[in-house]
Amino acid sequence: MPQDFVRRLSDTGYGFERTVGIGDKVHLDITIVLLLIVISAYGLLVLYSAVYPNQSAVISQIVKISIAGLVMIILAQISPIFYQRLAPWLYIFAVFLLVLTFFFGTEVNGSRRWLRIPGFVGFQPSELMKLALPIALASYFHDRHLPPKKRHIFWALMIITLPTALIVPQPDLGTALIIFVSGILVLLLAGVAWKFVFGAIGVAFLSAPAVWFLLKDYQQRRILTLLDPERDPLGDGWNIIQSKTAIGSGGLSGKGLFEGTQSHLNFLPESQTDFIIAVLAEEMGFLGVVFLLMLYFVILTRGIVIAIQAQDTFGRLLAGTITFTFFVYVFVNIAMVSGLLPVVGIPLPLVSYGGTSILTLFASFGIMMSIHTHRRIML
Amino acid sequence: MGEPLVLKDHSGESQIFFERAIIGFLVLIALMLFLLGRLFHLQIIQHDMYATLADQNRIQVEAIPPVRGLIYDRHGEIIAHNMPSLNLTIIKEVSPDIDLTLSNIDDLIGLSAEEQQAFRRRLERRQRPYEPVPVIFRLSAEDHARIVVNKNILPGVQVEATLIRHYPQGSLLAHAVGSVRRINENDAKRLDRVAYSGTNHVGKIGVEKHYESILLGKVGHKRVETNARGVVMKELDSVDPEVGTDLTLHIDAALQRVSSAALAERRGTIVAIEPSTGGILALVSKPSYDPNLFVTGIDHETYSQLLESVDVPLFNRALQGQYEPGSTIKPLLGIAGLVTGTISPDDVISDPGWFRLPNEDRLYRDWNWRLSDTGGHGEVGLQKAIYRSCNVYFYDLAVKLGINRIHQYLDLFGFGKNTALDLPEARSGLLPSVEWKNENRGLAWFPGDTVNIGIGQGDMLVTPLQLATAVTLIANRGRWVAPRMLKSGYVLDEDRNNKDIDVVPDYIWDEIISAMEKVVHRGDQELGENGTAWAYIGKDIPYRMAGKSGTAQVVNIKQGKEYDENELSERQRKHAWFIAFAPVEEPKIALAVLVENGGGGSEVAAPVAREILDYYLKRKTH
Repeated sequence: MPQDFVRRLSDTGYGFERTVGIGDKVHLDITIVLLLIVISAYGLLVLYSAVYPNQSAVISQIVKISIAGLVMIILAQISPIFYQRLAPWLYIFAVFLLVLTFFFGTEVNGSRRWLRIPGFVGFQPSELMKLALPIALASYFHDRHLPPKKRHIFWALMIITLPTALIVPQPDLGTALIIFVSGILVLLLAGVAWKFVFGAIGVAFLSAPAVWFLLKDYQQRRILTLLDPERDPLGDGWNIIQSKTAIGSGGLSGKGLFEGTQSHLNFLPESQTDFIIAVLAEEMGFLGVVFLLMLYFVILTRGIVIAIQAQDTFGRLLAGTITFTFFVYVFVNIAMVSGLLPVVGIPLPLVSYGGTSILTLFASFGIMMSIHTHRRIML
Repeated sequence: MGEPLVLKDHSGESQIFFERAIIGFLVLIALMLFLLGRLFHLQIIQHDMYATLADQNRIQVEAIPPVRGLIYDRHGEIIAHNMPSLNLTIIKEVSPDIDLTLSNIDDLIGLSAEEQQAFRRRLERRQRPYEPVPVIFRLSAEDHARIVVNKNILPGVQVEATLIRHYPQGSLLAHAVGSVRRINENDAKRLDRVAYSGTNHVGKIGVEKHYESILLGKVGHKRVETNARGVVMKELDSVDPEVGTDLTLHIDAALQRVSSAALAERRGTIVAIEPSTGGILALVSKPSYDPNLFVTGIDHETYSQLLESVDVPLFNRALQGQYEPGSTIKPLLGIAGLVTGTISPDDVISDPGWFRLPNEDRLYRDWNWRLSDTGGHGEVGLQKAIYRSCNVYFYDLAVKLGINRIHQYLDLFGFGKNTALDLPEARSGLLPSVEWKNENRGLAWFPGDTVNIGIGQGDMLVTPLQLATAVTLIANRGRWVAPRMLKSGYVLDEDRNNKDIDVVPDYIWDEIISAMEKVVHRGDQELGENGTAWAYIGKDIPYRMAGKSGTAQVVNIKQGKEYDENELSERQRKHAWFIAFAPVEEPKIALAVLVENGGGGSEVAAPVAREILDYYLKRKTH
C-alpha cells in the first residue's frame, strides 16, 4: 500500500515514537482532558465569585460543561474519516441553517442569531459553522496538493466568505471574526505562499478606510472608544474604563475571592460573560491571571503537538486550526477586556458563562482527540 | 473515484505544516507575552492609579451635620435651640415619574409652585444618585399622617427627621440675637463646602452670624460603599460630628420682655447695658418679626409684607437706626467744657430764650421760647442747663468749644465709630468734623453748624447702641467697656482701641452725674426749676437715677415758626430720647430709650426707662 509507506516515512521522519496507551483505547488524550478539567474548574471558581450569591448560573454552567464533556467524549470515539467524509455536507447544512436564520431567526436584543424550531430548543447555527468551516477547509485541502494553488486559495476564500457574510449582518461581529480567522488559519497552516499573505495584509490596510464606512455606527464608536475611552466616559467608554479599573486595582495578588468591588458593586459590565477575566484579575490579581495563561499555554502547546503528530493533512490542518482558533479566543478576549482591542462579543474559553460556545469548544477538542487517537499503528 | 490518481507529496506537506505550526507557535508565544506585559502594566505599574479609581467608584462620603450650639440668656433661659423637624424628601431614582409624585403630594397636603421650583433646584445640586432631596421642611403631624397613609401612590417619598433651629422666644429677641437662615446660592459660593455639607442653614444676622464658626460645630461624615447605581450597600467607617459650642449671652430675657412691653405697640428701641461688663441686657427694636419664619424658608407674600411695611420690622433700630441725639448730648458737652476749662461749674449765663451768633440774624431758639418772645431760662449755670435742658447755654458752650474740641471729646465716648464687639449689624453713626464736611459736602464748616451740634442736632447721628454705650461710660466714670452680647462659652476678642477716659477728674464726673440726677429727682420747686423728667417719673422713685431726656427733630422748624405737634403728621413728630443709669451710687444698669415720633423725651421716653429700671433693680438676681 503506497499510502502506508508514505505514512511510515512521515512518522519516522520526525522521530515521534508511537505506543498504544490507555488514552488511545478510550480515544481520549489524558493531557487535554486533565487541562480542560482544571481550566473549567478554575473558571467555575471565578464564575462562582462573579455571580455570588446567586448560584444558579454556576450550577447551569456545571450542567453545560458536563453535557459538553459528554459530547466531546462521543465525538472523540468517531473516526476522523467520518468527519472528513461528512465535511461538505456539514458545511452545506450549516450554510443552509444560516440562511434560514437570516430569514426566520429569532431576534434577541436587536440581533438575529438564534434559530428556534417550535417545540425544540433554540441554537445558534453560527456555532455549528465554527466547527463546520475548519472541517470543510481541512477536507478540501486534504484532497489537493499543498501548498495550495491560486484557484484553490480562491475557492477556499469563497468557502470562508460565504458563512462570514451570512453572520456579519446578524449582527455578530465577534463570531464572524472568529469564523473568518479560523478559515484564514487553515489557509496559513496549509502553506499559502507568504507573498499572498503579505499581499492580503497590504490590501487590508489599503481598504481599511473603505471598511470604516461600512461599519455600523456603534461599531465605529467602539473603535473610537478604544483609542480614547475618555471620549465618552459615561457611554461607550464606561465598559473599558471600568474593566481596566477592575484589572488594575487587582494588583499583584488581587483583592480576594468575592472581594472584588468593581464586579460585586456592578461597575463591571458583563462580569460573568465576556468580561469575566476582569473579575479574575481583580480578585486573584496578576498571579491569578498568569496562572490561567499558563494553563492555556500548556493546552495550546499540547494541541500543536497533536497537530504536528497527525497522520494526514486533514488531521493536521483541523487540529492545528482548532488549537490556534482557541488561542484567538483567548487573545482577543483578554486584549479587548484590557483595552487593547475594540469590544467585540468574544467569550473567554472555558471561563465565560454561556452554553453554546462551551459546547462548540468541547466538541472541537473531541474532534481533536479523535484525530489523535485514531492514528493507525504501523509496524 | 472518477478522478485520476493524484500522487501526493506527503512528506513535503507534512514539512510545510510543521514549519507553519512552528511559526504559529512562535507568534502565539509572542502574543502571550504581549498580553502578560499588558496585564503587568495595568496591574503592577498602574496599580495605584486604578486602585484609587476603584475606591472613588464605590466609596461615597455622606456628611453627618453637627448639632448647632445652643444660645442661653444670662439666667440660663433658652434663646435658640434645635427642634426635631420632619422633612419630606424624594429619591429621584425610586420615583419613576417625579411630576406625578409632586402633583400627588400637592393633592394630599398642598405644594406651592415655589416649593416645587425650589425642590427642582435642589435636585440639580444633589451630590450623588439615590440621595434624598427635600421637598417640604417641617411637616405638620397631620400632613405627616396623610403622607404615610398614602405611601403607595408616592414612590420614593420619605419622611426624614432632622434638627432645625428654633427660637422659642419668637419675635422678642429677633433683633437682639439674630437668626440663621437657609443657605442660598450666594452663601454657597462663600461657605466652605465641606464644613457645610449636610447643613442647610447658616447664621446670617446678629450673634448667630458673629459666632457662626463656633456655633456650627464640626461636620462628621460616614464613608459608605455604593454600587454602580449609587445604592448604599454598607457603611465603611464614620467620624462623629462635633456639637457646636453653647453660648451664654448677657441678654436678660425677662428684662427684654419687660422692655418690650414698656414700649407697647409704639415704634422704638431700647438698649440696656450692664456698666460693669458692657454686657447688653436688653436690646429691643420694635416692631419685630418672628425669626423662625426665615429658618424654614419664608413664603413670598409674608416676606414682601415684612419688607414693604412702613414700620420696617426687619430693620434693627437699635444697631442700624441713626438718629440725632438731641439734648442727650448735653452732659457730654458739659464734660468737654469743664475739662477744657471753657466753663467752670459756677459760670452763669443769661438766657433770653434765644441765641444769636455775632454778625448773624438767625435766631437759635430755646425749647421753651415762643414766637411771642417769651421763654428762656433766665440765669443758667451748668447744672441747671442740664436739668432744665437749656439750649442757649449749650449753644454758647458749643461755640466756645469749637467743632474740633467737640469732636475730640465726643470721640472719647465712642461716637462716629463702631465699638460693638459682637454685633455685626452695628453702625458707626456720624460725628461731624471740619474734615468730614469738607470731604463729604465740599463745604467749609460754618459757626452755625457748631451751634446745632450744641443741642445734638444738625449733621450728628448716633445709634441707640452708641448712646447707651456713652451713658454706660458716664456711669462707669470713664472706664471703657465695649458693648457685647457674649457672656460666657467662648473667649471674646476685646477691642484694645478704646482707652479709658482718664482726662476727666472725679469732681467733673460728680458735677455731671449730679446734674443728671437732678433731671429725675429735682422737684417741688417753683415753675421752671424742676428737673425736666421729675414730673413724669421722679415723684415716687425709690432709688437714685441719673438721666437725660432728648428730643430729636424729624423735620426742621423754619425761622419764625413754632413746633406744633398738631400741625405735623405722626411720622414727622419728634423722636423721644431718654438715657439713664441707676442706682447712681453703684450703677447696675444703663440704658437708652428711643420712641420714634413719640414727642418729648421726658414725657414719653423717661417713663419707659423707669419701668425697665424699676423692674431690674427690684429683682434680686441680675
